[in-house]
Amino acid sequence: MSNPINETTQTLPSGPAATQRKPSAREQAWQNNTLQPALERSAERQPEFTTISGYPIRRLYTEADLTGWNADRDLGLPGEPPYTRGIHATMHRGRLWTMRQFAGFGTAEDTNQRFRYLLAQGQTGLSTAFDLPTLMGYDSDHPLSAGEVGKCGVAISSLADMEVLFDKIPIADVTTSMTINSPAAVIWAMYLAVAEKQGADWKKISGTLQNDILKEYIAQKEYIYPPEPSMRLVIDTFEFGVKHTPKFNPISISGYHIREAGSTAIQELAFTLRDGLEYVEWGMRRGLDVDEFVPQLSFFFNAHSDFFEEIAKYRAARRIWHKAMVERYKSKNPRSWALRFHTQTAGCSLTAQQPYNNVVRTAIQALAAVLGGTQSLHTNSLDEAWALPTEFAATIALRTQQIIAHETGVTNTVDPLGGSYFVESLTNEIEAGAWEYIDRIDAMGGMVKAIERGYPQREISEASYRYQVELDKKRKIMVGVNDFVAQEKPLETLQIDETVGHRQAARLSQLRADRSQENVSRALATLRKAAQGNDNLMPHILAAVKSYATLGEICDAMRDVFGTYEEIAIT
Amino acid sequence: MPDKKIRVLIAKPGLDGHDRGAKIIARALRDAGMEVIYTGLRQTPEMIATAAVQEDVDVIGLSILSGAHNTLCPQLMKLLHEKGMDDVTVLLGGIIPEADVAALKAAGIAEIFLPGTSTQDIVTFIHGRIAH
Repeated sequence: MSNPINETTQTLPSGPAATQRKPSAREQAWQNNTLQPALERSAERQPEFTTISGYPIRRLYTEADLTGWNADRDLGLPGEPPYTRGIHATMHRGRLWTMRQFAGFGTAEDTNQRFRYLLAQGQTGLSTAFDLPTLMGYDSDHPLSAGEVGKCGVAISSLADMEVLFDKIPIADVTTSMTINSPAAVIWAMYLAVAEKQGADWKKISGTLQNDILKEYIAQKEYIYPPEPSMRLVIDTFEFGVKHTPKFNPISISGYHIREAGSTAIQELAFTLRDGLEYVEWGMRRGLDVDEFVPQLSFFFNAHSDFFEEIAKYRAARRIWHKAMVERYKSKNPRSWALRFHTQTAGCSLTAQQPYNNVVRTAIQALAAVLGGTQSLHTNSLDEAWALPTEFAATIALRTQQIIAHETGVTNTVDPLGGSYFVESLTNEIEAGAWEYIDRIDAMGGMVKAIERGYPQREISEASYRYQVELDKKRKIMVGVNDFVAQEKPLETLQIDETVGHRQAARLSQLRADRSQENVSRALATLRKAAQGNDNLMPHILAAVKSYATLGEICDAMRDVFGTYEEIAIT
Repeated sequence: MPDKKIRVLIAKPGLDGHDRGAKIIARALRDAGMEVIYTGLRQTPEMIATAAVQEDVDVIGLSILSGAHNTLCPQLMKLLHEKGMDDVTVLLGGIIPEADVAALKAAGIAEIFLPGTSTQDIVTFIHGRIAH
């Protein structure tokens, strides 16, 4: 292709042509003497085999698929560059991944109960789901919040709600992940304020803020402000974190939502890592030292159903990140080179039909994440194509991880698939496919520019539609959906109390009556003024939070200065 | 003379930004020869009803995955009635618990399509419903 910035969607990378393979004499003899007669007796089931992403897979992988591959250079050893085999020397023999189940619904009291239940069941980290009004920076009593309060997560409108959410949960002793993006700085400030009240040392607390605004523009669409001020807020949290919370990950650069929006595995990998590079570049532009802030950046990938494609994706991710850190940014600190990631099994693979089958899907996806070397894992519950999970369903999801960890033996050795012709070859090809996208986005001037022209959005839309066509034509099968269909009785699902919105509204009026309006107004005015300048906004947001200004009020103060973002809808 | 094209408004009410389903349906209906207008994200029932009048659509397709359907759908149906749009066929797709289906249909939603529906089933339904 002569023009690297080709706006039309690219055809899927096809992988090395079969003619490039140079099979050994032994393999050629096998083709003639064994394979050909077998194919003549009975043809294969399909003319071609592809991954769930549509990536072509060959019949057999041998040393002929690893021409030019160098085990020393490309595979290495665990805990050493290029980290193909994992970022730790002992991987899951040393320490299991963190079993971190995403939870949140109703009011802060409801979710606090669920958190304490999960910790009692042996879960090792907390992960908070917020409701849509919170994710969009609206208070529970905002008109646009009608019908949405507490539905997709917990409603948090002020520090008072956050205090209830972590009641009797010692922040010093748990690691907490918070899935929040546009208003991430505000929610984080609330968490830090609760930590302070509990007497926890900011220098010691650990956890992760999602805070990945780029994938919101690309895929999940929970944005408030335009890209420039949004990126400023993200870099403010990096800068603040380097100084005050060295063990807290200020960002989880996420491919999960990109994949859920319908991308291929290669697109998920490429767009996520290019987002990562964008954050690194913006951080450097702020004057931060790469090796000071990059070690705190973490990643978050999807675990879809195509087992080997996913494993190859995680292995390729580590290799790309290492290469980029060392070659592009001249990083000297090995902690910047090692890509750490959380994984969640694929929500989009769950079926509303025959929901118990989802336990099986989730188990296989989780196994791929573990074999791919994940640091932390969320397994979806069987009922999540219908609703947020019941306690019963959430328990099975957690038990799935415990069975993989303690019964299957897959954790007994590091990277058991290392050296497999197929896995190594697929890792190489997925890496190459991702670099093609990364180069293309570089040529556009970076990810913010690519987003503004709708490039990743359009690529994902195309892939998503292509997969739907495959399903409609039954070229891809979803068990229980387009084949093996059966009638069955409906599942018992979690009902969210419709009074949550009223209870939250009542609590907010009480809060507004009890707090010092003067303090709130002063804090908001200071924040607004700072937003007009170049100060790091974290200290100002913290002050506003501590005055019990609400999430909506704080986000509005920044809306006044930054404006809001509207995307050009692509269909 | 060629038949007038069926006009469809695909809308995403509420705060949710998960638009994979809405975009697939918009494209599938367009590929099936319909005139499709996609509202984009975060439309209030008022905005959707107004767009339906302005665009003079035959069908409105709503995509809701957030659980806000019991609040948003009746509001939209009331507004459509007030605007004299009782003839428009309103379809709903997304994550809708079976327990809510009867009430939504009683409020005037013509059909509810759950996850896993093929796009062809939706095309067939619309053709069956709108005879031009």
